[in-house]
Amino acid sequence: DIDNVGRKYHLKLVLEDILEKDNIVNCTAEILYHLGNKNAAPDVDFTIEGELKNTDEQDNIFYNRIKSLKKELVAQNIPDSHGNVPPEMEPIRLLARVAAGYVAWQNSTENTRYELAQIKDVRQVKRSDDYLEFDYMVLLHEFVSQEIIPWQMRVLWHPQHGVKVTQNSRQPKPAEY
Amino acid sequence: DQVLHIVPKTLQQVQYLQHLCSTLLLDLWKPLLPEDIRTGEDLHMRVPAPLVQEVKDSLDQHLTSYEVLIHDVQALVDQSMPRVGSSHRQVPEGYNYTQYHPMEEIYQWMTQVEESNSELVTQHYLGETSENRTMYYLQISQPSNKSKKIVWMDCGIHAREWISPAFCQWFVKEILQNYKSDPQISRFLQNLDLYVLPVLNVDGYIYSWEKERLWRKNRSPYMNGTCYGTDLNRNFNSSWGSTGVSYNCSSEIFCGSGPESEPETRAVAQFIERKKEDILCYLTMHSYGQYILTPYGSTTEPPSNNEELMQVAEKAATALMGKYGTSYQVGASSLILYSNSGSSKDWAHMIGIPFSYTFELRDKGTHGFLLPSDQIEPTCEETM
Repeated sequence: DIDNVGRKYHLKLVLEDILEKDNIVNCTAEILYHLGNKNAAPDVDFTIEGELKNTDEQDNIFYNRIKSLKKELVAQNIPDSHGNVPPEMEPIRLLARVAAGYVAWQNSTENTRYELAQIKDVRQVKRSDDYLEFDYMVLLHEFVSQEIIPWQMRVLWHPQHGVKVTQNSRQPKPAEY
Repeated sequence: DQVLHIVPKTLQQVQYLQHLCSTLLLDLWKPLLPEDIRTGEDLHMRVPAPLVQEVKDSLDQHLTSYEVLIHDVQALVDQSMPRVGSSHRQVPEGYNYTQYHPMEEIYQWMTQVEESNSELVTQHYLGETSENRTMYYLQISQPSNKSKKIVWMDCGIHAREWISPAFCQWFVKEILQNYKSDPQISRFLQNLDLYVLPVLNVDGYIYSWEKERLWRKNRSPYMNGTCYGTDLNRNFNSSWGSTGVSYNCSSEIFCGSGPESEPETRAVAQFIERKKEDILCYLTMHSYGQYILTPYGSTTEPPSNNEELMQVAEKAATALMGKYGTSYQVGASSLILYSNSGSSKDWAHMIGIPFSYTFELRDKGTHGFLLPSDQIEPTCEETM
């Protein structure tokens, strides 16, 4: 506890590559949850021991594939009800996970835990530059309240420039059906 | 069918073998194509049973030596993938345990399981859901003149946790397939009766198939039908309504209008209450998170037999990890997860059942509730 500021956590954690289970990286982090402004995202400082895997090749394959599509990409329900994801949609899903991670961070408190439950809808947004842009409607699962929260995110990505969530907003739950 | 191994020595032999494979349409395993047959390199070919003698005679005639690599292909296939009908008379033939099944199919499955295993399994009525559907449990009980203690397991209390009912079905199948041959299971059944409720929240489960995949609660109407569903795992009479709940129907953790307000809760509670003297262990299966949770959720006060509860749970987690390396965390839900009151696990322990656990199955969030069906088998194998 830090008087008048908030609460700080010192974490030692292990990062595991979900695509390659044997690839693990040690990490230390400091998280500060602010006392006053409950709408402020917690401060995060971290150090990674070693390096993260280089994904240039896969990134470029995906980038070129999307760039060469005749029509903008549109998809729904990733994964589907049975947990299946068509292989060509995996990168779209991974991108959503990263973006959702950012949204989760921005909205986290000491009493929340967010996970990405499903992509309800994703549409590629046409661009004149060489960035890829996707508009996602996802469902986030919050562990403590057990709520499923629809959330919209605009995601920009470029193999050399990384991911950016340019805009995001919580959506109202559709009326009971 | 047999698989023959030949190493051609001359070009003539190569040509002869290419001709043989093409005319008789033999199944080349190595190499894949006749044009890749070479001198000095291994050739493996599968010969259909009716042609075996003819092929061998021909090889002898052409002074081509061979050895039999596989004497009976079918036997090998049977070993790796048992044929329907051979050793499966006990369990519904053709039921695919590595897929998720809708409620209709699960109802049918229960009937079939009882029919094919009537010496061991009986299906019983437990109660009705809020939409008047029937709740059935299966009793697996080896006839004996001694009275046995009971282990109860329920699945599917939360509609969206599909891996849970999948596990209950798998579990029943495993017991029935192996109780004669597996000494552990056999001894288990000598001393204990198993009661399995494959889907507790039938209405919710159906709703998650037909309308909203991520539905959690049951389907009882509130507020004049403008709001639906109570979280059944907040509805039991264990410090009901005190923490980790909402009194608002629109919440996923709505605890209902009172303890046991829901027919599903009452059906389970009444049964367990009646049999509680004989129940040794209460298990309730959920997903996701990979936890084995001990009482309590409503308070951080440890239960009276906490040490024993933890010991057994630790052993289970270790055994589970031994299978595929999946790690489960063990502890009281109020300590390692979050506070919640009205859970079935807490209630079971509070009325005197010594061993009471909630399992949160795979995974840790990568797929969450939408666990792909190709993970059904490993999840069930390790949890077994």
